[in-house]
Amino acid sequence: MSTLSSSVQAREPARKAFGWKKLLRWETLLGLVVILDFLLNAKLSPYFLSPWTLSDASFNFTERAIMALPMALLIIAGEIDISVGSTMAMASVLMGLVAQAGFGTPMVCLTGVVVGLIAGGINGVLVTVFRVPSIVATIGTLSLFRGVAYAVIGDGVLKSYKPDFAYFGQGYVWGPVSFELVLFLVLAIIFAIVLHTTVTGRRIFAIGANPIAARLSGIRVDAYKFWIFVLLGAVSGLASVLLTSRLGSTRPSIATGWELEVITMVILGGISIDGGQGSILGVVLSALLIGCVTFGLSLLNVPGIVLAIVTGGLLIGVVALSSIVGYSGRRRRH
Amino acid sequence: MPKIFGARRGLPHEVGLGLLTLALLALVTIAFPRFLVIDNLKSLVDDTALLIMLAVGEMFVLLTRGVDLSVAANAALTGMVVALFNAHYPGAGILPVIVIAIVMGAALGLFNGFLVWKVRIPSIVVTLGTLSVYRGCVYLVSGGAWVNSGQMSPFFLSFVRFPILGISVLSWIGLLVAVLAFLFLRFTIAGRNLYAAGNNPNAAGYAGIDVGRMQCLAFVLSGAIAGLAGYLWVARFAVAYTDVASGFELQVIAACVIGGVSITGGVGGVVGVVIGGLFLGIIKNALPVVGISPFFQMAVSGFVITVAVILNAGSYRKNHGRKILERAEASS
Repeated sequence: MSTLSSSVQAREPARKAFGWKKLLRWETLLGLVVILDFLLNAKLSPYFLSPWTLSDASFNFTERAIMALPMALLIIAGEIDISVGSTMAMASVLMGLVAQAGFGTPMVCLTGVVVGLIAGGINGVLVTVFRVPSIVATIGTLSLFRGVAYAVIGDGVLKSYKPDFAYFGQGYVWGPVSFELVLFLVLAIIFAIVLHTTVTGRRIFAIGANPIAARLSGIRVDAYKFWIFVLLGAVSGLASVLLTSRLGSTRPSIATGWELEVITMVILGGISIDGGQGSILGVVLSALLIGCVTFGLSLLNVPGIVLAIVTGGLLIGVVALSSIVGYSGRRRRH
Repeated sequence: MPKIFGARRGLPHEVGLGLLTLALLALVTIAFPRFLVIDNLKSLVDDTALLIMLAVGEMFVLLTRGVDLSVAANAALTGMVVALFNAHYPGAGILPVIVIAIVMGAALGLFNGFLVWKVRIPSIVVTLGTLSVYRGCVYLVSGGAWVNSGQMSPFFLSFVRFPILGISVLSWIGLLVAVLAFLFLRFTIAGRNLYAAGNNPNAAGYAGIDVGRMQCLAFVLSGAIAGLAGYLWVARFAVAYTDVASGFELQVIAACVIGGVSITGGVGGVVGVVIGGLFLGIIKNALPVVGISPFFQMAVSGFVITVAVILNAGSYRKNHGRKILERAEASS
């Protein structure tokens, strides 16, 4: 580890020295925007500042935010996965089939996670064994996984879930605090601890910052990348359990386009698309921001497709702002 | 297979892929002779022309180490705008429609290019954002309503179908775009600079090539082609709505990758992209003929794309050694 950090330091001494300050400022910027939007929402809509409304608002983004956590790890490690939405669809379809066959809720949930795990494993093998660039590999599996979902149920719908299955997506742990929100916060804390305080976390940063230096200093780069793909797949499966439970039914078109929303969340959170930089706190803040903005606007009856403009504009705007002001410390590839 | 073909005989990638495509065509034809009927081939070429055009535009961006995820959204927005223009000014003729399509597409591409060049945001971030923004703008300009064939004037619809030498204008435009792109990349300084900027940005910079400007140029070209394709798409399917070509950008990138364009920049050509587009087009058109249920088609084409990119991965492995050097250069 020490060899590695010194090599990074030698390469870009100035950036390393100011790294923490820059990182802090990025999160401060995000935090300010979140507070600003929160106040704006409270002013524009009288319904916003109620615990139950806020709880409803959290359903808007928790599933995507949960996927954003391992996606952040993957992007920090220098890879990307755009098949997560399709993975969710495939997992949901197989969960539907298992439920139809009469199995209980634990088996259904297990199926979802295992299917996601396998899907992530396939992506991992494509990238680490066959050496396909991850964006290309996952474009292929994006159609493949979604295609499997369509092939299995066509234009049908699966909804023979047991009543207790609804808890995951609709249940509340305490008062207006939903199960999904608690799960997201717990996972966020775990991911933050692993990424920012353990050797594993430092190695993930090292892999993204310079994969060759990381390999030469004895990190098993491919193994790390493979397991992050598997983790992301499994968490996508978990997100699929939540979403399927919330909707109470499965269609093959479930979670279409979510991959881009998840990646938007991660990048808005200050994770460098070139790898090697970012923090879980940033991802959590950007998830909150996207959740607040979209929910606030939908309280004002703004249609969903217009929210897409806001999300896209927010991504470009915030990243452009940081780039113009020049304090993000983002590296460019050339 | 395509890469192995090429590597073993010392032939370019295009030859292997071309043989594979012909083999695919032969296979489908032997099993189902009615696939090779003239009418079916015409519709195959028409369907594929749009994919090939967009893929050629995407190739420019990929050559400069960027990626343009906004091509389909650009086409949808431009298509909607020209459809609305046509609905409001039915007497304006075809020329303004085409000019608006190209200029507006180029402007949307310039927006991407400007952010990449001057604001220095990675292209994948920029186009991820504009993908949503452009798609949302389609809704804003149309108010969510469809523009149906009844609101489009006859020339607007018949232009793309007008046959010249038995082939529709749509296919001719696709061919024209491919030929122009080929000549541009092969015989102009700007075209050669695009390759240089993507192959080795550092060396290109030392040779006096403005890498950022080349990336911006690539986005403008990609945008202009996407805009033109937007009009053609709307006219061919005789309807404009918010979700036109939704998700098509990934097929476009797949066509490029199958055609041998390297996602890491500087490698690839028009011929490969055209064959890559035809390859995907044949699979898409053959599946219904072979009698595979529409619900299985996505799985099959996804499987084929995945296999094709694995087989193509050889080209990335070959570049591996050079990549270490690049990293070393960048760090010094």
